[in-house]
Amino acid sequence: MRNIFLFISRYFNFILFLLLQGFSIYLIVHYSRYHQAVFSKTANQVTGKINEQYSKVEYYFQLKKTNDSLVRANAQLYNKLKADFELPDTTSHFIIDSIKVDSMERYRKYHYFPAKVVYNSVAAQNNFIVLGRGSAQHIKEGMGIIDANSGVVGIVTEASSDFAVVMSLLHKDSHLSGKLLKGGETGTLSWDGKTPNIISLNGIPKNAKVAKGDTIISSGYSTSIPKGMMMGIVQDVTSDKSTNNFLIKFKTAANFYNLEYVYAIDNNQAESIKTILEKVKQKIQ
Amino acid sequence: MNALVKNIIRFGLLILVQVFVFDKIHLHQMVTPYIYFLFIIWLPFRLGPSQQLLIAFVLGFTMDSFRHHPGFHTAACLLIAYIRPFLINLLIPQEGADNNYEEPSVKSMGGILPYIIFIGVLTFIHHGWLFLLEAWQFGNLWYFLVKTVMSTVLSVLLIIITELLFTRQQKFRTNTV
Repeated sequence: MRNIFLFISRYFNFILFLLLQGFSIYLIVHYSRYHQAVFSKTANQVTGKINEQYSKVEYYFQLKKTNDSLVRANAQLYNKLKADFELPDTTSHFIIDSIKVDSMERYRKYHYFPAKVVYNSVAAQNNFIVLGRGSAQHIKEGMGIIDANSGVVGIVTEASSDFAVVMSLLHKDSHLSGKLLKGGETGTLSWDGKTPNIISLNGIPKNAKVAKGDTIISSGYSTSIPKGMMMGIVQDVTSDKSTNNFLIKFKTAANFYNLEYVYAIDNNQAESIKTILEKVKQKIQ
Repeated sequence: MNALVKNIIRFGLLILVQVFVFDKIHLHQMVTPYIYFLFIIWLPFRLGPSQQLLIAFVLGFTMDSFRHHPGFHTAACLLIAYIRPFLINLLIPQEGADNNYEEPSVKSMGGILPYIIFIGVLTFIHHGWLFLLEAWQFGNLWYFLVKTVMSTVLSVLLIIITELLFTRQQKFRTNTV
């Protein structure tokens, strides 16, 4: 017994070092949503406040760029205005509608919320973006994030009351699905952790027609991001000799270096899709 | 100024400068300098090893809470805090020099060469361990090596510049031991 105490007191520093080091490696390996709930809710609020102060200062230096991107977004919206399209004249003859249910009623599927980027990183291997808008302002986990010119940015992974953390495309666990605008083939996005703004699209078969300069859009298969959001432009296509797929590198539509304002997308049907999927899963089991 | 107050201010400043200035640097999309662990390098000699470890843990954890994936910087800081006392013992020139001075500096380490070796080794270990932990998930040896060496060079350069800009007053304490 005495020897044990002697041993501990002799190697106390080494044991302490091993314990703390072990704890931090445990954090790295086992860091999951459950830990996030405990750790980030408080850390998020504190660091979020500091980041917010900083971004207020930095915001002024970016005003010009922010304005430019807003003008572009505005122009895009103008082009979608109904008033700019001529409708065929249907008033000249009557059609009696026998259906009592209004089948033309539209349901709102997506809701957009603006949010300011408070903290952003591109240098790390796993990058996050912090938004100055949280669950108290309708930001939920799993929402998709796009930039002002509808370029996909990432997905919300956690939200405290005033801040939300977004896993950007520049993250090793970020696997959104992308689609070639021309052919319609879908693949999975992944980031190799080296060059920001360059992401690879995997799983596109070799029979697809891909060329440099092609557009990649979001597939709309996930509940987070609607179909047709810009993901990027193909920069490099090489054929993988070991598989039947192409290795496609593309430049992201969103510039991760200077994100100022982004939009969070709320899918009103996300809940019902989720419940259906869960029902199916239960049936299988 | 009281040593404790001075260290608390230093802690806050280094973290803020790291998060808001040096983290934005991303040379050739690869090299990012880290200087916040200068806090650990500059810790007073008289602190015991276990105290140093606990302080390093707090520093790393604070840094990590800005990154939203804790562990990486905590692990790297702990490693250099553990190695630091051994390195000081190796490099300090004469018996009792760590009693004569407060903190490691060019003067207390007895010349510019030991001090730069001191900084360089700690920086290299810190960067190496940090990038190694990150690279486990990606894996590319050459990329990792080049990144570590280049980042170490840049960090050491910045630390030397910091050292020149903010000269620390090193009082010679009477040798009472």
